[in-house]
Amino acid sequence: MAEPVISDDKQNTLFEKQSKVFPKRVWGTFRKVKWIVMLVTLSIYYLTPFIRYDRGPHAPDQAVLIDMTSSRAYFFFIEIWPQEVYYLTGLLILAAISLFLVTSLFGRIWCGYACPQTVWTDLFVWVERFVQGDRVARLKLKQAPWSLNKIAKLALTHSLWIFIGMVTGGAWVFYFNDAPTLLEQIIHFNVSIDVLGWIAALTASTYVMAGFAREQVCKYMCPYARFQSAMFDNDSLIIGYDSGRGEKRGKYKKGSSWDDRGHCVDCTACVQVCPVGIDIRDGLQMECIACGLCIDACDNIMTKLELPKGLIRYDSAAGLADSTTGEKVRLLRPRTLLYVAALAIVGALILYGLINRSLLELHVLHDRNPLYVQLSDGSVRNGYDIKILNKARLDKDYSVTVSGVPDAAIKVQSAGQITPDALPVFGDSIGHFRIFITGAKQDAARVPLTFELTDKDTGLTVTYKSVFASRSND
Amino acid sequence: MTQDNKKDPVTGIETTGHKWDGIEELNTPAPRWWLMVFLVTVIWAIGYWVVYPAWPTLSGDGERGGTVGAKEWTQYTQLEESQKEIIQRKQAYLNRFEMASLEDISMTPDLFAFALAGGKSAFKDNCATCHGSGGAGAKGYPNLNDDDWIWGGSLAEIQTSIAYGIRSDHADTRYSEMPAFADILDRKDIITLADYVIAKQAQRPTSSLGGDLYAENCAICHGVDAAGIRDFGAPNLKDAIWFYGDSRDEIISQISNPKHGMMPAWEPRLDLNTIKQLTIYVHSLGGGE
Repeated sequence: MAEPVISDDKQNTLFEKQSKVFPKRVWGTFRKVKWIVMLVTLSIYYLTPFIRYDRGPHAPDQAVLIDMTSSRAYFFFIEIWPQEVYYLTGLLILAAISLFLVTSLFGRIWCGYACPQTVWTDLFVWVERFVQGDRVARLKLKQAPWSLNKIAKLALTHSLWIFIGMVTGGAWVFYFNDAPTLLEQIIHFNVSIDVLGWIAALTASTYVMAGFAREQVCKYMCPYARFQSAMFDNDSLIIGYDSGRGEKRGKYKKGSSWDDRGHCVDCTACVQVCPVGIDIRDGLQMECIACGLCIDACDNIMTKLELPKGLIRYDSAAGLADSTTGEKVRLLRPRTLLYVAALAIVGALILYGLINRSLLELHVLHDRNPLYVQLSDGSVRNGYDIKILNKARLDKDYSVTVSGVPDAAIKVQSAGQITPDALPVFGDSIGHFRIFITGAKQDAARVPLTFELTDKDTGLTVTYKSVFASRSND
Repeated sequence: MTQDNKKDPVTGIETTGHKWDGIEELNTPAPRWWLMVFLVTVIWAIGYWVVYPAWPTLSGDGERGGTVGAKEWTQYTQLEESQKEIIQRKQAYLNRFEMASLEDISMTPDLFAFALAGGKSAFKDNCATCHGSGGAGAKGYPNLNDDDWIWGGSLAEIQTSIAYGIRSDHADTRYSEMPAFADILDRKDIITLADYVIAKQAQRPTSSLGGDLYAENCAICHGVDAAGIRDFGAPNLKDAIWFYGDSRDEIISQISNPKHGMMPAWEPRLDLNTIKQLTIYVHSLGGGE
């Protein structure tokens, strides 16, 4: 009987145990860009809720606000009701296509610079370095036996992380409440359990994701990282190692000749600074978030060696394969043009929708039980629930008429005397009325009946198609 | 562990000694984290026994026969508490609702809405069995949406019908009984009468014999013009609504041996506020006068 053979190949395992990455500090162009992008994105995140935007007397003056209690969402001049959540869908589609476009043009620059996971991880690594020192010091501290110094440093790091997490979660809740009011309440520890819960949840997620999970999020959790490869082609901008120029790599002794060898001196600077812990010289890898830090690291070394920069550089796969052509990335390609076209169409649709957004909406629900009511004089009555969405911020009177059934009589069932020619609806709210339509028995079991609602001040009219039933079936 | 446990040569994991068709079962324990979670649930369960009623007891001590638990919680107390909360919420309206007349309620938006909400739910609990969940009734069970009222469709009249019922066992019940004309008239006359009311309703020429028979036997309750008399609970025979069916056979049968529906009195079963809510609700269905 043959012994079963189990391969020792580690590639067969489904999950790789995380080994912590200790990125080394680096200076350079892309690091500078990353600091600037971090500053800008964090400022947007933290300051946006405090931007004011005047919408008139009875509306919140917060520029960006999702008001859950009164179910409205505000974004500067845009105000949407829950029924109009398709604008949000449009926005998400827009964001997705933009991401596709940017990826096919410039590779994963979103991942490398603007993704919250990257920004917060960068911030957390900065804290780590600030407290514990650079890569070597951190590695040493990790291996060092427990001491007061180690405990103090770790405690400080984690406290700062948790503090950043709390500020992150704290900013999040401002998007759902009036920010200045809530800030005052938070300062006075006078907040609801909901707010506290959200702050706690986001503190925890920030702490875990940026403090511990880090590049694991990009590798295992983020779907975008996985399907980006479908968007790459030979012209996409990626970070690559020019192996033609770099190989054959090896240690370099000052003053010796560059003939018969590559420009890579195998200093591993690119590996040490990598936040996801890969060796870019192995080629394009799924883990690479295209942050450009290895470019900075390598360029610094090349400058010291008085060699041209760009051994590791942003380039297309085509450009890296043949650096002699000097051909730059082709931006206009069928793929990118297609994305631009899709972007334009979706954007135009949303814009059209927003510009033509009606401030009045009518919904009519025909009674099902009973479908119709036989009256004593031989006529038939149908009942309807109508909802009038008054999206203006003014109290309005509306008149309702119907067409489709000759000589139909309209009656409003309500407390007090409300007539069909003056249905009162408060500003920014929904009016709900019960309407009875009485008419002669029709030949068909169901005939179309159109409701027409008119704003008595502006003359704005909306219609809704319903039915008038005279019998149960045909 | 016995000495017999061998190690699997490939994985180095102990085997259980179980063997099927030459395949040996490895002794792979549950993961540590799983075990820890399991232990935590066990500890949690102990806390649960202390706090909540958990164990049945033979003696039946504890409210419902079992350990009581530190919180003294039962489903019954939970139900009572939630009902108390509902009553408290209703109380905001009930004080005013109790004092207000039916007409006032109909004119006050929040009380009207309160009455409709309460009436709708009380209707589904108590009335829908006969009148249908939409109040559309059926043959022999009046449609409450239409404008044809045997006993009257004003708020006060509807309240009386609900409170005391129709042909119920309540002392104040509404009561009417149409005689069985099979015992009074011969069949030919009954058919003539049926044809008379059918023609009258359809506004066609009527026979003079039918007119005579009607005047003699029916007019006293249903009125000379056949429009019905509500004081007697005598239905309108001229309108388009036939309570027990509009076919000739059904009308002949109703004259010969009338059916009499019965509606129970609700005053002994429901409180006055619920009856008021029901009155407003039924009145609002579309036929209220």
